[in-house]
Amino acid sequence: MSTKLMGEAVQRVEDDRLLRGGGQYVDDIDLGALHLAVVRSPHAHARIRSIDVDAVLDIEGVHAVWTYDDLDGAMAEPLPLLIPHPTLTHGRTQYALARDEVNYVGEAIAVVVADDRYVAEDAVGRVVVDFELLPAVVGVEAARAAENLVHDDVPGNIAARSVQQNGDAEAGIKAAPHTLSLDFDIERSACMPMEGRGVTARWDTANGRLQVWTSTQTSTGVRAAVAAKLGLDLLQVDVITPDVGGGFGVKINHPWPEELLVSLAAQRLGRPVKFTEDRREHFISSAHERAQLHHVDVGFDDEGRLLGLDVRFWHDHGAYTPYGLIVPINASTQLVGPYKTGPYRVTFDSLYTNTVIVTPYRGAGRPQGCFVMERTMDAIAAYLGKDRADVREVNLIQPDEFPYDHGLVFQDGRETIYDSGDFAAMLEKIKTLVGWDDFESYRAEMAAQGRRVGIGLAAYVEGTGAGPYEGAHVNIESSGKVKVATGLTSQGQGHQTAFAQIVADELGVPFEDVEITTGDTRRMAYAVGTFASRAAVMSGSAIHLAAKRAKEKVLRLASDALEADPEDLQIVDGVVSVKGSPGTSINLGTVAVLSNPLRYAFDEASKAATQFSVGDASKPPVAEDDEPGLEGKDFYSPIRSTFASGMHAVIVETDPDTAEITILKYAVVHDCGTVINPMIVEGQIHGGVAQGIGGALYEKMAYDESGQLLNASFMDFLMPYVTEVPDSIDIDHLETPSPLNPLGIKGAGEAGVIPGSAAIAAAIEDAEGLPITAMPISPSELFELRAQHAVATTTPEENR
Amino acid sequence: MAENTAEKIHDVRLEVNGVTHAVAVPARRLLSDALRQECGLTGTHVGCEHGVCGACTVLVDGRPVRSCLMFAVTAAGSEITTVEGLAEPDGSLNPAQQAFRECHGLQCGFCTPGFLTTVTAGIKENPCPTHEEAREMVAGNLCRCTGYQNIVKAVERAAEIARGDAPAAGPPDGDDGGLEAATGDTEVARKDDASTTGLGA
Repeated sequence: MSTKLMGEAVQRVEDDRLLRGGGQYVDDIDLGALHLAVVRSPHAHARIRSIDVDAVLDIEGVHAVWTYDDLDGAMAEPLPLLIPHPTLTHGRTQYALARDEVNYVGEAIAVVVADDRYVAEDAVGRVVVDFELLPAVVGVEAARAAENLVHDDVPGNIAARSVQQNGDAEAGIKAAPHTLSLDFDIERSACMPMEGRGVTARWDTANGRLQVWTSTQTSTGVRAAVAAKLGLDLLQVDVITPDVGGGFGVKINHPWPEELLVSLAAQRLGRPVKFTEDRREHFISSAHERAQLHHVDVGFDDEGRLLGLDVRFWHDHGAYTPYGLIVPINASTQLVGPYKTGPYRVTFDSLYTNTVIVTPYRGAGRPQGCFVMERTMDAIAAYLGKDRADVREVNLIQPDEFPYDHGLVFQDGRETIYDSGDFAAMLEKIKTLVGWDDFESYRAEMAAQGRRVGIGLAAYVEGTGAGPYEGAHVNIESSGKVKVATGLTSQGQGHQTAFAQIVADELGVPFEDVEITTGDTRRMAYAVGTFASRAAVMSGSAIHLAAKRAKEKVLRLASDALEADPEDLQIVDGVVSVKGSPGTSINLGTVAVLSNPLRYAFDEASKAATQFSVGDASKPPVAEDDEPGLEGKDFYSPIRSTFASGMHAVIVETDPDTAEITILKYAVVHDCGTVINPMIVEGQIHGGVAQGIGGALYEKMAYDESGQLLNASFMDFLMPYVTEVPDSIDIDHLETPSPLNPLGIKGAGEAGVIPGSAAIAAAIEDAEGLPITAMPISPSELFELRAQHAVATTTPEENR
Repeated sequence: MAENTAEKIHDVRLEVNGVTHAVAVPARRLLSDALRQECGLTGTHVGCEHGVCGACTVLVDGRPVRSCLMFAVTAAGSEITTVEGLAEPDGSLNPAQQAFRECHGLQCGFCTPGFLTTVTAGIKENPCPTHEEAREMVAGNLCRCTGYQNIVKAVERAAEIARGDAPAAGPPDGDDGGLEAATGDTEVARKDDASTTGLGA
């Protein structure tokens, strides 16, 4: 008897392989490849006067060394600007190899191809580049001041200036009984997957075909980019994404220079070529995110109800804008959270700096927006002397107000219309889960022991499952096994498991008989990619629809074979039978044989099929409106994103002497619509929360004034170990299914990270009685804040 | 004219997972690279190449060692165990591997081999870790996916399995084709699904 698997904590099919060391990550693919290594800029801003590679080819084992001058055609043009936007008036992208100027430490200047990585790195050390140094622009403030320019032809360092408004925010604020002006500062962090970037390519000279394996979040994107840059037809290029050791956003940007250069090298040298990034390279030549400065003007009434919100922010975009404005657009539109903001205006400048490019990192601008909105809510509560939860409550969008239109254009170019949710119920749940109403007695109890604690909460809404589409192909073999392909890629989210649950439910086949392939353009050429918490929504829906189509064909053929009405048939455990008459049945595998009027019988399934006959004898064996095979293919393309939501609450302890910050309790309430596999969803939340804690307390990119990244290693970039995360994360779910897709799914991948900084800042502020406006915050920074606050506050009691 | 920059090559016998690999490597070749390339054992992953992340951890004479901080030539004469060598002689998963699977202690799987070697050695040294000791056991390994919650559970569960006080193996109802589904809650999944006979095995 089949039971529904949707909503079940099914253990992962991926794991056995991965636990035995049988995973196949890109660097594990052994083609006897040559190794490519990259000469990178040691300077943040410089003109290249000359490059001397003479000493390199003398090294035994070196096959090639190339600079910009060795590139031609489209390869010599700048890399694509993937997502143009009307307000991105000064978009700039780098060249695969720097032409005459470098704009960040780490920018690719030349490549060497050698027998192995050791020799390739020796050769890299022999390349001599003559630079004319230029002043570096580092940090938002320097970019905004624009005393120096990153790109000569970009005035003010402004790549984009965007204004969105819904109503007259200025008038709303002016008329409001109370107003506040606030400033916030968020620093850079980065995705830091445990596996860096990597790519391997093989050129088949005889057939003129290129195969590329790359650690990416979009196989189809890389395929299109490589084909365009190398002047190949799309059908000459296969891109296969093997196991990927984490992505978190950084691997959605493409094509990386190395993806193009490895492909080019494979083609030129006629031998497989690979590039495997090392950790330092990942720090200085992939991508970062998060850094923004915000200024908020807000007006509100006596209850804390928002009457006008005007946000101005400055986004550090790094040296180039290959991924467009997704991050600042997310920050500006998702800032509003679960609230009715009243008239809202948001203006941002996206600014160039001589630092590593900025592309989405899990949350993709939402953590910053959430930080600003939630800190604003706390500031209003402090100003009015009200409970922070109560101020939020009066502003919440109510359950009967969905769909709720914010009047803003989201990152996918569609309206920011919330499809469903129940924020009031969520607030109640998080208060209960963290013990909000009992906290004052806990605080007093701890104070009696000389301990200082604080509590904070933060809410977010996350647009997930952005379009344009994903597709799926379901193929039932004559063995009865079901082979499913969807084009987006996997980086550890358990897609093989979750998607198989969907197929098993829809088709009525054993879970074990379903095999899911992701990220292989040979199997599914039409796909977009894994980002914006979209895989479950997009591919999950597409797979459901494709399985439905396959099922329709199964039932049509089976009804013919069994001489029964399709309505009377059921599929259970891979067998189609007449309801109430289990003896009248046919295996799915047999139906697959019948679907294909092949001339040759060569297996047991074919023999078994001979007792049945299907099709109209008066028509051709394959009818005009039919095709051979038992397959289903479909695409899912939603009108707009679906909006997931959640609230986090945190209790922290701060050491009165050392200012050490310890998280005592971390609580999460989470609504991602219909849950496919709660074990996987909770795992996603855990990981997100840990990254949120990293961003709040530990992680930052320490650039010096000259644009050198001083902490480009795991020794100095403080990513949380187990010792930095709380011992437990309390999770409660709320399920408000999305009306936009057949399964009611909303995305869950990014959610866990979004409110971390906001909630932790609120808790520290509550413990310390001084405003926390910048993240991350280290113990020494808190110590310093205490000192400043003690000096600045003549009557310390007033601010408490 | 190629410059004669060839390095001196050393012939080394590496004993890995009970098999002798005769490899020819320059002195500077890292053990991690030799295992991955010369021995073809790509289960050992390289996450940082400076000894901080722990992904490349292997057992050298039973003790966890960062293979990116050891030269291959130094490892000659030692018994090396990589993730490929952790499974039981009958091919079933060892307690650490079983526990990581049951507890959803891995997502992308890249850091996992380093955790598994570390925990395999750790529970041998300390078969009854307290909760704090379980956390301490994995405190030198980085994972970016899991937030460590289920990894700590897996350490405790691995010790439990190794001690033999695991709940009876096998799916609860015995005839669901090895499908290990629990109802709606990972706690249940973790406690009930002790089977090693399930999916993908």
